[in-house]
Amino acid sequence: MSWEFFGTTLAAFFTLSLYSFLYKDNPFYKLAEHIFAGISAGYYVGLIWHSVIKQQLWTPLFNERQYLLIIPGILGLLMFTRFFSKVSWLSRFSLAFVVGNTAGISLIRQLHGMILPQTRSTFLNVASFSGLVMVLGVLSTLIYFYFSKEHKGALGAVAKLGIWFIMISFGASFGYTVMARVSLLIGRAQFLLTNWLHIIK
Amino acid sequence: MRTQINTAIAFLSGFIMILAFFSANSGIVNFSQNLLTWVTIVGGISLLLGIVSILKVNLKVIQEKGKDWIFKLILVLFVLGMSVCGIVWGIEEKTPFDWLFQNIQSPMMSTMFSILAFFIASAAYRAFRARTLEATILLITAIIVMLGRTPLGQAIWDKLPTYADWIMAYPNLAVQRGIIIGAALGAAAMSLRILLGIERTYMG
Repeated sequence: MSWEFFGTTLAAFFTLSLYSFLYKDNPFYKLAEHIFAGISAGYYVGLIWHSVIKQQLWTPLFNERQYLLIIPGILGLLMFTRFFSKVSWLSRFSLAFVVGNTAGISLIRQLHGMILPQTRSTFLNVASFSGLVMVLGVLSTLIYFYFSKEHKGALGAVAKLGIWFIMISFGASFGYTVMARVSLLIGRAQFLLTNWLHIIK
Repeated sequence: MRTQINTAIAFLSGFIMILAFFSANSGIVNFSQNLLTWVTIVGGISLLLGIVSILKVNLKVIQEKGKDWIFKLILVLFVLGMSVCGIVWGIEEKTPFDWLFQNIQSPMMSTMFSILAFFIASAAYRAFRARTLEATILLITAIIVMLGRTPLGQAIWDKLPTYADWIMAYPNLAVQRGIIIGAALGAAAMSLRILLGIERTYMG
């Protein structure tokens, strides 16, 4: 028995085990579910070990002598003080660093990369019917999510239009999601019938 | 005092990133790039914190022989097994780590997502009963988009894919944009609150 055949059989077994949940919860599903959770967690350990700890910390620190990297190394280790209640306050230094830095990046990214370009694109083709739909859709959606004033009168009417636009978008997203999930289902059926059972050539 | 130190750390680490955006000084720009690497390192190590937490919770159940302890034991073994494979033999192609990913994790991930097709069908039955005008709009749009993406839709009416594309490109995109702009405004305001030390709930 080759490793390839063993791998395909294992994949088929776990595929069927997970689908068995459609009938009811059972030990096969539980087994597959726990293995999936375990292997996914282990996957991140491998990934972080190589792409972050080894590549960005260990090698530059010890081989290229970038000693400043001791600081993020220590900050990372401080996160583990959360497990010891007496010194858990130390982990907040690391948290403050990550949250503050992310906030700084986010502030610029949101204003420069999201709000301004999206607003500009909205008003590009305002003269055409489709362009007008775009402007009405964006404005009415924004007004629907504006809760500082009661949705009455003109504001209420625009908010109502916003709901209709949102329903169109949700319907479209729903249709797209269904298509994507069914495609995955077809993919799994193809795997079982072609790769594993060889019924379809 | 501790809170003030934390607020100062948050302010400085965020302010340097903002300063680097407006500054042409290569020293500041390089330092901001270094800070990005630092955040990746701290974030990466913090993710391992989650793994330690998973092990801690499950080992407790195993020790006490609690409900489904045998499955928890399997979970712990696979966490450790996959981790050891990744750390010892690497994560490149044709390694045990890659074999486990290709033959166990990847098929299971696709299967988990495809199971949602069945649950979506039952949710659709409940959501798509056209009781109100809003539900009717949702129903009609979803039908047009789904049929417009299949050969059956084109066979019914050859203009259906065009209308489906238009819905995706205009009304749908308009709402996505509205939501993106609203969320971005909120995120920018929250970032400013964190940097100025007004928002400190993340410190617990």
